[in-house]
Amino acid sequence: MKYFLSRHFGKLWIGLTYLFLYLPLFFMVVFSFNSTRQDAVFTGFSLRWYEALTRDTKIVDGFWLSIQVATFAGVASAVLATFAAFVLVRYRRFSGRTLFSGMVNAPLVMPEVVIGLSLLLLMVGVQNAFGWPQRGMLTIVLGHTLLGMAYGMVVIQSRLLEMDRAIEEAAMDLGAKPFQVFFLITMPNILQAIFAAYLLAFTLSFDDVVIAEFLSGPGVNTLPQVIFGYARRGINPTIYAAATLLIVSVTLVVVGYSVWVARQTRRREREIAAATRAELAALQAR
Amino acid sequence: MAITRLTMPGKRFVISVPFVWLILFFLFPFLILLYISFVDMGNDISPFKPIWDSSTGLLKLKYENYWSIFRSGDEGVLFQTIYIEAYVRSLWYALCTALLCLVIGYPFSYFIARAKPSVRPALLMMVMLPFWTSFLLRVYAWKGILADQGVINQVLMALGLIQEPLQMLYTDVSMLVGMTYVYLPFMVLPLYANLVKMDFRLLEAAHDLGASPFKAFWLVTVPLSKAGIIAGFMLVFIPSVGEFVIPSLLGGPENIMIGRVVWDEMFSSNNWPRATALAVVMIGLIVVPLAIYYHYTGDAPDAKA
Repeated sequence: MKYFLSRHFGKLWIGLTYLFLYLPLFFMVVFSFNSTRQDAVFTGFSLRWYEALTRDTKIVDGFWLSIQVATFAGVASAVLATFAAFVLVRYRRFSGRTLFSGMVNAPLVMPEVVIGLSLLLLMVGVQNAFGWPQRGMLTIVLGHTLLGMAYGMVVIQSRLLEMDRAIEEAAMDLGAKPFQVFFLITMPNILQAIFAAYLLAFTLSFDDVVIAEFLSGPGVNTLPQVIFGYARRGINPTIYAAATLLIVSVTLVVVGYSVWVARQTRRREREIAAATRAELAALQAR
Repeated sequence: MAITRLTMPGKRFVISVPFVWLILFFLFPFLILLYISFVDMGNDISPFKPIWDSSTGLLKLKYENYWSIFRSGDEGVLFQTIYIEAYVRSLWYALCTALLCLVIGYPFSYFIARAKPSVRPALLMMVMLPFWTSFLLRVYAWKGILADQGVINQVLMALGLIQEPLQMLYTDVSMLVGMTYVYLPFMVLPLYANLVKMDFRLLEAAHDLGASPFKAFWLVTVPLSKAGIIAGFMLVFIPSVGEFVIPSLLGGPENIMIGRVVWDEMFSSNNWPRATALAVVMIGLIVVPLAIYYHYTGDAPDAKA
């Protein structure tokens, strides 16, 4: 009886927590189809907010800008994170290692306000000295890369740490040059982590409003900035429509990605099993 | 040795790429921030005065920016400024958020860790899924849910539980709901990673030795998951202190946190030296708990899940 109760308590607790986590998402999906601006009573089904969304040039422009910023920041973060993770995992001793690891990890704990403020001061200084760059897309990408690199590094670092170094050493013993070892052996082994780092940096960038608020210039607004501006003014179901589209696409990407990973893992397991069987058969034949 | 081949010029290049990048875009901007926090406020054209005194050619640090955080004017009482209030409020909200996340997240992570291994990845993915959709939008949704004419008030009034709508938006309630909501996954992931590794036979052993389920939980499970609790607490507490978006959307004028104060000093008052000094003190507030954490664990908090 006690076990019975405790099991149900667990299910109840998990259920309520999921309800808490998903309530805002349900809320936005439902009220994006509402026929009036009301957002407490569902007055009828309509697609008018989706129509309003396509006509809202601020949101549409912001969306394309965000996609570009997130793509650039994602790629730059993944590349720099790979470098940084490689340095931290493979080079145990070099002068400035403590400073280096501190700088890589610091953006993880630094408030975004401080990152945004200090980069803004840098940009203003550089701009006063050289007249370039104007605050805009480039500066936002820089800010987001700083953040994305730190998070991406954690992902790639843990993959590098669990990687078997013997195969790299084998390649080197067989005469491969260091860059060949990296691109032919190390890279393929950590590719999944690099891609995960890219996705993480992309999402962080696509989601960020604070750093963008500090670093964007006049007339340059990412999607979160546009939404932040609307949100402070009051209820606007157009945002619910945008949210619904985002929720649907993120769900598809996340589910698709995890199915892909699961399939990859299964395939690798099958291949290992097949190789083991073949080896056993060869041994028995002998 | 094969390893030594990697220590040639290649190594220097591989190190220098991220190193130079971080010095240029992390260390250098931070030093500028630190520098401006020690100078006088300028005028509209140049927002701060150079640190060199041009008449004497000497380096002159100004501590007024920091002093003015702790004391308003020369006669003001120490620690009674809007800045100190904002710092205290930020720490208070961060502490409450971390505790609420722990209270909700601990049983949640525990039950997920005890679920069948086959369903665990799906359950965890369901935690991460809202996390991957826009943080801003999810916070915004709470505005509609908690409003005076919002869903919760409408439901409660329809049920006859209340006559008048409860004021939840722009109060501590909406602030804490929003912050707990946003940071809950940061608590769940390290706790889960810790609890899933736990040997549940230890609980059976405690049971066999006569411990009640509660006693077994308190004396076995909780101490074993201490590392996860601390990591989760830090992962929630640290970003919460600097929260900027949630007070802007769900808080009223009474709920301003320090991130917003820095922003206002920078862009409304145009007082760059004070804004940077406030930011430096804010970093101090985060570094202290972090240093304590390092001291006890010797490891950085991160969600390896």
